[in-house]
Amino acid sequence: MRPFAYERAEDPAEAAALVAERPDAAFLAGGTNLVDLMKLGVAGPGTLVDVRRLGYDRVEHRDDGGVLIGATVKNSELAGDPGIRRRFPALSRAILAGASGQLRSAATTAGNLLQRTRCVYFQDVTKPCNKREPGSGCPAIGGSHRDLAVLGTSDHCVATYPGDMAVALAALDALVHVRGLDGEARALPLEDLYVLPGDTPHRETVLERGDLITGVELPAAPAGAAMHYRKVRDRWSYAFALVSVAAVLRTAGDGTIDEVRLALGGVAPRPWRARTAESELIGKLPTPENVQAAMGAELAGARPLPDNAFKLDLATDLVGAVLRDLTEPEEDR
Amino acid sequence: MSTTTQRATGAPIVRVDGRAKVTGAAQYAYEYPLENMAYAWPVQSTIAKGRVESIDDSAALARPGVIAVLTPDNVARLQVDVELPLPFLAAAVPDLSLLQSREVAFRGQIVAAVIATSLEAAREGAGAVEVGYEEQAHDAVLRFDDDRAYVPGVVNDFSPGNVERGEADRAFAEAPVRIDATYSTPAEHAVPMEPHSATAAWDGDRLTIYNSDQGPFYSSLPISALFGLDPGQVEIVAEYVGGGFGSKAAPRPPTMLAALAARLVDRPVKVALNRPQSFSLTTYRTPTIQRLRLGAERDGRLAAIVHESVQQSSTLVEYTEQSVSSTRLLYAAPDVRTTARVRRLDVPTPGWLRAPGDAPGVYALESAVDELAVELGMDPIELRVRNEPDADPETGQPFSSRNLVGALREGAARFGWEGRDPAPASRREGNWLVGTGVAAAHYPALVFPSTAQARAEADGGFVVRVGAADIGTGARTVLTQVAADALDVPLERVRVDIGRASIGVAPFAGGSIGTASWSWAVEKACGALLDAVQEHGGVPPEGLEVQADTTEDVGALAEMSRGGYGAQFAEVRVDVDTGQIRVDRMLGVFATGRVLNPRTARSQIVGAMTMGLSMALMEIAEPDPEFGDFANHDLASYHVASNADVRDVDCVFLHEDDKNLNSIGGKGIGEIGIVGAAAAIANAVHHAIGLRVRDLPIRIEDVRPALQDLRVR
Amino acid sequence: MLQDDTRSEVSLRINGVDRTVGVDNRATLLDTLREGLGLTGAKKGCDHGQCGACTVLLDGRRVNSCLQLAVAADGGEVVTIEGVAGLEGGGDLHALQRAFLEHDALQCGYCTPGQICSALGAMAEAERGWPSHVTGDTSAGVAGAASLDAYEVRERMSGNICRCGAYGGIVAAVLEVAEADGGRS
Repeated sequence: MRPFAYERAEDPAEAAALVAERPDAAFLAGGTNLVDLMKLGVAGPGTLVDVRRLGYDRVEHRDDGGVLIGATVKNSELAGDPGIRRRFPALSRAILAGASGQLRSAATTAGNLLQRTRCVYFQDVTKPCNKREPGSGCPAIGGSHRDLAVLGTSDHCVATYPGDMAVALAALDALVHVRGLDGEARALPLEDLYVLPGDTPHRETVLERGDLITGVELPAAPAGAAMHYRKVRDRWSYAFALVSVAAVLRTAGDGTIDEVRLALGGVAPRPWRARTAESELIGKLPTPENVQAAMGAELAGARPLPDNAFKLDLATDLVGAVLRDLTEPEEDR
Repeated sequence: MSTTTQRATGAPIVRVDGRAKVTGAAQYAYEYPLENMAYAWPVQSTIAKGRVESIDDSAALARPGVIAVLTPDNVARLQVDVELPLPFLAAAVPDLSLLQSREVAFRGQIVAAVIATSLEAAREGAGAVEVGYEEQAHDAVLRFDDDRAYVPGVVNDFSPGNVERGEADRAFAEAPVRIDATYSTPAEHAVPMEPHSATAAWDGDRLTIYNSDQGPFYSSLPISALFGLDPGQVEIVAEYVGGGFGSKAAPRPPTMLAALAARLVDRPVKVALNRPQSFSLTTYRTPTIQRLRLGAERDGRLAAIVHESVQQSSTLVEYTEQSVSSTRLLYAAPDVRTTARVRRLDVPTPGWLRAPGDAPGVYALESAVDELAVELGMDPIELRVRNEPDADPETGQPFSSRNLVGALREGAARFGWEGRDPAPASRREGNWLVGTGVAAAHYPALVFPSTAQARAEADGGFVVRVGAADIGTGARTVLTQVAADALDVPLERVRVDIGRASIGVAPFAGGSIGTASWSWAVEKACGALLDAVQEHGGVPPEGLEVQADTTEDVGALAEMSRGGYGAQFAEVRVDVDTGQIRVDRMLGVFATGRVLNPRTARSQIVGAMTMGLSMALMEIAEPDPEFGDFANHDLASYHVASNADVRDVDCVFLHEDDKNLNSIGGKGIGEIGIVGAAAAIANAVHHAIGLRVRDLPIRIEDVRPALQDLRVR
Repeated sequence: MLQDDTRSEVSLRINGVDRTVGVDNRATLLDTLREGLGLTGAKKGCDHGQCGACTVLLDGRRVNSCLQLAVAADGGEVVTIEGVAGLEGGGDLHALQRAFLEHDALQCGYCTPGQICSALGAMAEAERGWPSHVTGDTSAGVAGAASLDAYEVRERMSGNICRCGAYGGIVAAVLEVAEADGGRS
């Protein structure tokens, strides 16, 4: 790790100014991923600008059922927030499916959105990685890729976005609030925050230098909808997703689907909103056959590799199970 | 042998060092605050085979805090051609001969190290060392049919690489019922919670290393020899050791790195590997590919067993595990051939990991036995009972005791085996497919010579010293119990000092030999001390001390077949939608001789069964053929069981009174808990879903092909 | 960059005692405790938040001290294993420490300080009603630490790896203390 300066910003303008004057500065929030990457030599900022005291640490519920989640709200606080648990239980569950209790009590909303892939090559600076060193190559494609992406990949990168929280946020139509270097505020759909790798896998988000995520806004959940988050992983806790599903579902009296939102984790370089599958399912019963057909359409463009092709059927089966359980719940303890 | 009344041994005494551990007072190897301490951080090769052509340390030396860079040019010359008394110590030497040559034998080998005044500076400096290589093509992939694999003269348990009784291949071909299946197990890492760590300090030609070490005395032998010193000039201190599981039973590169670095800068230096470094520098369980052929009569009697295994080792060391050894004595087959082959690859050196050889080997054997039971339509417990031998089938020697059948029967009763529907995929509970499985376990009971000292103080207290290590086994507690009984005094009056090479000859905490070996010496010393006190007519003011050595006692043991036996049971459930596998319960029943402390013994066995659960379902260090190392090398990508994975894991010890073992009548319990555990789980998975997965670990994608047809609710 | 920019003076209240220490900005809270302040109870198992051995309480929450920069923790209140007994008002051992001994919830002992600190944090979270991933009703949460069952404790303690496999004892010890008084003592 190279030596760095540390600055604790007291307000957003100061944070912006500090980053503006130092080209190799980075924002520090919970640090659970950034410090990790600094130790590995993957990240090497010259200055860390601590943004945890800028006042973005509140969860503000609105009367219309929506909520504004501050960028530096701790994951554990967010998952435990009574309003979040009541209105967006799938978000709580997704957060609680991620990492560990101690990591969640340090990690923040914005940091979680911006965490980097856990691809073993990205994290090993002695090996090539197009994301870390553009043009150096992607050994994962011919090497270790079981945990990596099947959707949205390119010949240059097959990394997976590793998080859980953002998958639920994607299904909840989240908007990300950003403050630009010039103080200008803007909001963008969470899906639009992330950029697919293409031939520039080092570029992961649309954020520009000095852009600071200040919060995440959720509109009210659809009235009468049920929601769930389920994660499949190699052990029963404290592991990244092989595949995860966040689902919001509302059915009509006859059991047909009125409204459905599906987001997949563990399969793509970003939380993958399965809009094709969603539109296929509207007006239909969530039967295995219908889910199969809808997910078949969703996954038509998938680019599986030998060791992760199982994720396609697994994603389909997991979506089917989640939709089934939302309509006929079963205790799975 | 002692004739005192037994009071402490056999009782569930709370760990005598437990308080130190729950308060943070226990001091591990990296936690000795020596004056003027420096930190070393290794620079590792980024090629798998070749030669270091150049090392540019100028940028590293320019970093603030960097004191020196250890390279082949300034490193102390070691006596790399040393002769050592025990083959496994000799086998540690090539990896300990750090920087003595510029040849690179595996990716991750130490090619230099940076020594600095702070950890941060050492690490930064290591990143600034520029190493130039002449790279050669490497091969780091194990294949079953690789014709460069060879049968070694002896394997790790000193048995020959190839052993045959009768004509196994012919008997197999003629058998009416045959199983021919190939299994594989991956490279697995010990990953003890305390990384391999060492703090080294020189005082003239005397070296002290606070070392994370399972065998301080044994470790002092290769280290002193490499430095050209007498063993007495090297002190190894291992008071508290944060797990080892075999990986710390011989000194590993970080220990030598600390010593060499401290020599160079003439001040104390400490080294703790991080996880990625550990994956190439601290040995691992070799991957195995094993072909099992079982030939049986229709009544289940085994006619032939052919067990062939191929394993890997590095180009530095020939290390071949005893993966086929238990096959020779578990069942009474007349015709048996076992063949272990080893392929030397451009990989890090493998080594011991809990039940070396037997953990992967018995997994394969006991999976095949289960396959045979299914083929025969026979209960797998009855099949095993039918093949129970009267004497060791390999040597013809009598068993000192063997109660595999009792373990199977007792386990069946406790586990609720009776009434089990053997049909695969026959038990459905909601979205779960449930199955049960069983496997046998065996691990040899060995004892090595040890010394101990016992001292009586005038104030009525006693101090017993033995060169043992407590890596979490409870050895410190059990030895205190043994000493108290041998001295016929309450526990409180006895202090047992362990964890120092200078105490004297003592084996390591490994191979399930430690407690039996140390206890013998402790009992003998305590008995001699009581005799001496009697001779003196009491304890003189200056105290009284005696020594004991069990070399002759161990040498006088009759030729017998000694080993622990056990039966492992598992119940698993598989999610029919996803293929997630959950182990609901495990039960192990063990006949391992006398239990000295039921509390710590249970923990040790349950812990090993838990490691078996990990082995069955999670653990895999994935070879990376392009680079020659393991692709995954941290605790986020190399999974071991988390708390949530471990539900009901229980064990039972059968009463066993074996007079032909050693002074304490115990067989050692460090290893056997993992043996057979993975097979029981694999067999249970087969029972749950009807698909036989023959490659560990059994993961979601392996079981999913069976689920499609089982999904009807 | 000036060398001075890369070092800081950090004030922490550690186990009830105010400490001020100069640190390299790169130093983690864990290394500062262990190397700078001689508090070696918190352990370095992986240095990357993957094992939990370094768990301490920071401002009342359990955190991986290996991923906290000491400089960023400036002004914080830290409880390490060395201070756990003191939480009970200067008792000899905390109830949780006694329960760990009684249930043999340890073998090598290296993960133990982190397990104990993590359990204290987990019980405090349950006292706030926070659900876990396995809580049946996320919205309802849990009714305090005393309401936790083994299933809940396993999940909540899964950020602490024990390679010796003492999980059964750990769960029993945590349950015993949680049932008795929610870990508040």
